[in-house]
Amino acid sequence: MEPKPRLLAILDIVTTALFVVAVGMVFFYAPTEAVMGQVQRVFYFHVSAGWVGMLSFLTAAVAGIIYLRTGRRHWDIIGLSAVEIGIAFIFVNIVTGSIWARPIWNTWWTWDPRLTTATIMELIYAAYLMLRQGIEEPERRARFGAVYAILGFVSVPLTFMSARLFRTIHPVVIGTNQPGAEGSFDMTPKMLQTFMFSLLTFTFIFIDLLWHRVRLGRLADRVEEIKLKVTV
Amino acid sequence: MMLLQQAPPDTTGYMIAGYVVIFGVMMLYLVSIAVRRRNLERDMEVLKELDKKDS
Repeated sequence: MEPKPRLLAILDIVTTALFVVAVGMVFFYAPTEAVMGQVQRVFYFHVSAGWVGMLSFLTAAVAGIIYLRTGRRHWDIIGLSAVEIGIAFIFVNIVTGSIWARPIWNTWWTWDPRLTTATIMELIYAAYLMLRQGIEEPERRARFGAVYAILGFVSVPLTFMSARLFRTIHPVVIGTNQPGAEGSFDMTPKMLQTFMFSLLTFTFIFIDLLWHRVRLGRLADRVEEIKLKVTV
Repeated sequence: MMLLQQAPPDTTGYMIAGYVVIFGVMMLYLVSIAVRRRNLERDMEVLKELDKKDS
């Protein structure tokens, strides 16, 4: 059994501490927004989850490029791990957005460009997992996965830019809101600090989870190797 | 002037729902990693035993 690296144990503690502080800031430090009320507090982790999702898919695309160049199995494990984390966090992003939208837009869902592109992005990466499931041969699976992760990444900038390029009601944090944006607000310094701290915390969560997931992938590989050795 | 200002709407329920989803999914993912790891470690033990018996 591979012992947990010391650096990972430290990262676990730091990440947990950051998360506790971030939660504290969201609930006790950031002021209540005057128009939206308490539901605005969802914004801090909603955006941070979206950030982690996009960072994950970027990691998967980069891992895909490196895998295609080197052929090292390690990069395939990183790509798969990143996609899995990305799917979980984009799911959080979409569902929390929907919950926020109910009192603010008066609907759970609307086929707005941002919501639509985010959903398509999520489905593209869900299909990545299905594609991998359907390929038996590990090298072929890794190669297809790498190409898919690179091509699928097109959906990430498209989702990010959708609220800036198309007519949308979804507010943006960085840049100018579209005239029809509903639910935008001016961040006070305390809100901005909470937001930036949440982004930092979720970046740590991403690194920590990725490391754990990659270790899991490596362990699965070793089990497969021994299984082959035993059965042959 | 203060009397003219409206209190923010009560959207606490939605906030709680949002954070239930956030904490819930994160917790589920952590548990899924831990369970998968435990199962693989068990498999590893069994396979090592079989390998020892074979050799």
